[in-house]
Amino acid sequence: MDYLSKLENQSIYIMREAFNKFENLAMLWSIGKDSTVLLWLARKAFLGHVPFPLVHVDTSYKIPSMIEYRDKLVKDWNLQLVVGQNKEVLDEGRTYPNGKATRVECCGMLKKDGLKAVLDKHNYTGVIVGVRRDEDPTRAKERYFSPRDKNMEWNVADQPPELWDQFKTDYEKGTHIRIHPLLHWTELNVWEYIERENITVSPLYYANEKGERYRSLGCYPCTFPVKSNASNVAEIIQELRTTKISERSGRAQDKESEDAFEKLRRDGYM
Amino acid sequence: MKGLSAPSEQLKIVIVGHVDHGKSTFVGRLFNDTGSLPDGKLDQLKKIAETRGVPFEWANLMDGLQAERDQNITIDTAQIWFSTKKRQYVIIDAPGHKEFLKNMVTGAANAEAALLLIDANEGIQENSRRHGYLLNLLGIRQIAVLVNKMDLVNYSQERFDEIEKEYREFLTTVGVTPKVFIPISAYHGQNIATKSDKMPWWNGSTVVDILDQFEVTDRPLNQPLRFPIQDVYRFDERRILAGRVEAGSIKVGDKLLFAPSNKVSTVKTIERWSAPQSDSAQAGESIGITLTEQIFVERGAVAALETAPPYELTKFKARLFWLGRAPFKKGRPYKLKLGTQEVECHIDDIEKIIDASTLETIHREGKELAIGRHEVAELTLRTKRPVAFDAHSEIIPTGRFVIVDGFDVSGGGIIAADNYPRRTSDSLHKSGNIFWSDGKVTPQQRAVRNGHSGYVVWLTGLSGSGKSTISVDLERELFNLGKHTYILDGDNIRHGLNKDLGFSPEDRKENIRRIGEVAKLVADAGAICITAFISPYREDRELVRQLVPAGQFIEVFVNAPLEVCEQRDPKGLYSKARAGEIKEFTGISAPYEAPEKAELEVRTDELTVQECVAKIVEYLDLRDSDSQVSI
Ligand SMILES: Nc1nc2c(ncn2[C@@H]2O[C@H](COP(=O)(O)OP(=O)(O)OP(=O)(O)O)[C@@H](O)[C@H]2O)c(=O)[nH]1
Ligand SMILES: [Mg+2]
Repeated sequence: MDYLSKLENQSIYIMREAFNKFENLAMLWSIGKDSTVLLWLARKAFLGHVPFPLVHVDTSYKIPSMIEYRDKLVKDWNLQLVVGQNKEVLDEGRTYPNGKATRVECCGMLKKDGLKAVLDKHNYTGVIVGVRRDEDPTRAKERYFSPRDKNMEWNVADQPPELWDQFKTDYEKGTHIRIHPLLHWTELNVWEYIERENITVSPLYYANEKGERYRSLGCYPCTFPVKSNASNVAEIIQELRTTKISERSGRAQDKESEDAFEKLRRDGYM
Repeated sequence: MKGLSAPSEQLKIVIVGHVDHGKSTFVGRLFNDTGSLPDGKLDQLKKIAETRGVPFEWANLMDGLQAERDQNITIDTAQIWFSTKKRQYVIIDAPGHKEFLKNMVTGAANAEAALLLIDANEGIQENSRRHGYLLNLLGIRQIAVLVNKMDLVNYSQERFDEIEKEYREFLTTVGVTPKVFIPISAYHGQNIATKSDKMPWWNGSTVVDILDQFEVTDRPLNQPLRFPIQDVYRFDERRILAGRVEAGSIKVGDKLLFAPSNKVSTVKTIERWSAPQSDSAQAGESIGITLTEQIFVERGAVAALETAPPYELTKFKARLFWLGRAPFKKGRPYKLKLGTQEVECHIDDIEKIIDASTLETIHREGKELAIGRHEVAELTLRTKRPVAFDAHSEIIPTGRFVIVDGFDVSGGGIIAADNYPRRTSDSLHKSGNIFWSDGKVTPQQRAVRNGHSGYVVWLTGLSGSGKSTISVDLERELFNLGKHTYILDGDNIRHGLNKDLGFSPEDRKENIRRIGEVAKLVADAGAICITAFISPYREDRELVRQLVPAGQFIEVFVNAPLEVCEQRDPKGLYSKARAGEIKEFTGISAPYEAPEKAELEVRTDELTVQECVAKIVEYLDLRDSDSQVSI
């Protein structure tokens, strides 16, 4: 079996375990390439269906064409979409850059707290998230089934053992489990799979006339395009096979201090 | 570099060894020396070290947590990718400290090959040996040993030879043949990607050469089929059995035996979404299947070919490692997970407890008898229901399991080969586990013990509609699934308890009332009580419904048109009734009041008996009630 198929089959297995084990399951959907591949894999796992809602934590700072793309997919694929937003913070204008918040604080309020509000409201006990180990050093330490406590905190110093595809599916009331079906994929793998499966992703990933493209899609005040002439999937794959620039290099919030991002993730950020 | 082709395969390698022997340093250096670090990464790490006023460590590339960098120790396993011309590698860095053994196991269980590091200066330590032992237990056969920090022993060949000799001996006793020993200095990049200029005596390979010599372990294709059912989906009006082929291959037309229930059906289709159409699937593929005959199958069943089924037993021998904070104790129930099966289990007998580092046997007696954290044991486990399994030496995925204690996966084990009997179940044997508890036994406690709560399955319908036939098959089916069940029928009631009753309207009413009372008691005792009586009057059935706790009375309308029943006439009663020989015969000369809100209806003129039974079993929802056994 070729390695893309191995990755795919493993993801399907994980997704099916999650669906069997969690009565109240949802999938986080950030509109990016990983979320979109995740959605594709869900349809592989459930034979064309997506038997759980998609949660989009809307920061209101997404590039407008991303929201357009989101709504089109929801319609085309007949998806159930739950949108969460930290209205309070947005109304009070406490966000970066105009409010007092630093980039990381802003991320914490809009994404992490926004997420917590949705989880609390809908009592989700299982949340599928498309993070990958190669994205950053803390994600490199993640489990496929990763518990979060009542305050959504990640106890990274004491994670459950995970072996032979037996996952943590028993958990205390009030806590929840993050499920990471894409954990073992790299950025390159994701693009190779997009090519193989012919999956449509946001056009922002492809180079524009100015010779720039996004490698990772986030909020516009904190996400910057990279220099690139890769204007289609094949060219992106070629670029990634040779590049030595890391994927999140265009994400400014990761760089505020040595462990800022780790703290954010320990507090419940995806 | 245009046109760089895709690496064709991926190999996962774990780095293990005693704490501080240089594993993370090695990974950092490997990345640097093969030109795999992202731009600016090295400068960034150096700058951080400078800002904090600490010496630069290569290990900081892998030690992604602040706490790890602060203490210069790896806490949790991490993964990182790089490619050679030959293929892509996943490098899994594991912690060496004993406290984090569960994280080492997590990393190693995923790998296909291992590099074990030994500090040349410190020599072989406790976890050098324990990790070596566990690698074998985790099924990793490709191992290379790197004797690190050669710079600290003046690159001495003598010291290298000494360590190789001693550690080779240890590996041999635990049944491991290492591929090679290489002297390296991770910190100084000696023998990592390029040949060392400090060790002219070394004519062997560098580490990078060796990496490319490991082999990707694909699942063997020539094994007997094992297809554990992961879930059953009802999409698009079809019942699809979802799962991953764990061994062998499966194709349309295969006659499948489902263990442990021993039911048989044939593969009708193989289901995939947005994939090339194919009538077969091989080991490793996550697929769905549909069957030609509808039978009741649920998560945990293992499909195999009739010619080569797995064992189905409630007892097996295993070698196990324990990671839980609390010891693995005799006389206490735990949850066993094997593939998609989950079942309550307990220790039947402990043959031997071993210190995986010294390989010495640990002696413990009586009350003390338990397997402690980080110990290894040879033991016999007993499960509450039959489990479908294989010996680990024969089929790996169905030959290993984990033990869950409370909320936590706390141990793992592989099933030893033995002369287990095939396809006979000793599930009838007394389980022998005794639980003590104070006070009155509650229905919840009974339900936890039995794995299901009590029910009254009340079959009602015309004479000849199929009640008795269904009741008998239903009882057998539930029994085979390990459920407690009992039938009340005319024979055991009319001739005993209700001997004094005739067929007058009052007596009929009293007959049903008594049956209802008895059924209620049987259900209260925790069993699934099946009754098969015409019970023609709605009012009488409602009365019984009121007796039984809400949700536990399942009225099943066994329905077939009168003409069909009359045609079947198994006991010749209809013809007698028509001839006027039987008075007040339901459907002919007495009314039958069909249920208006039965929980279920089964049309026996449209479904087979098996299908009717499957429908009822499915309705009952007999998934194990929470295995959080609290006593
Ligand atoms: N002199 C010398 N020091 C080394 C060498 N390799 C590693 N070290 C040092 O040994 C110490 C421990 O190295 P690590 O890489 O953190 O060890 P580890 O095996 O990853 O440790 P754990 O993951 O905590 O078990 C660090 O201070 C390294 O700089 C080497 O080849 N020579
Ligand atoms: Mg380390």
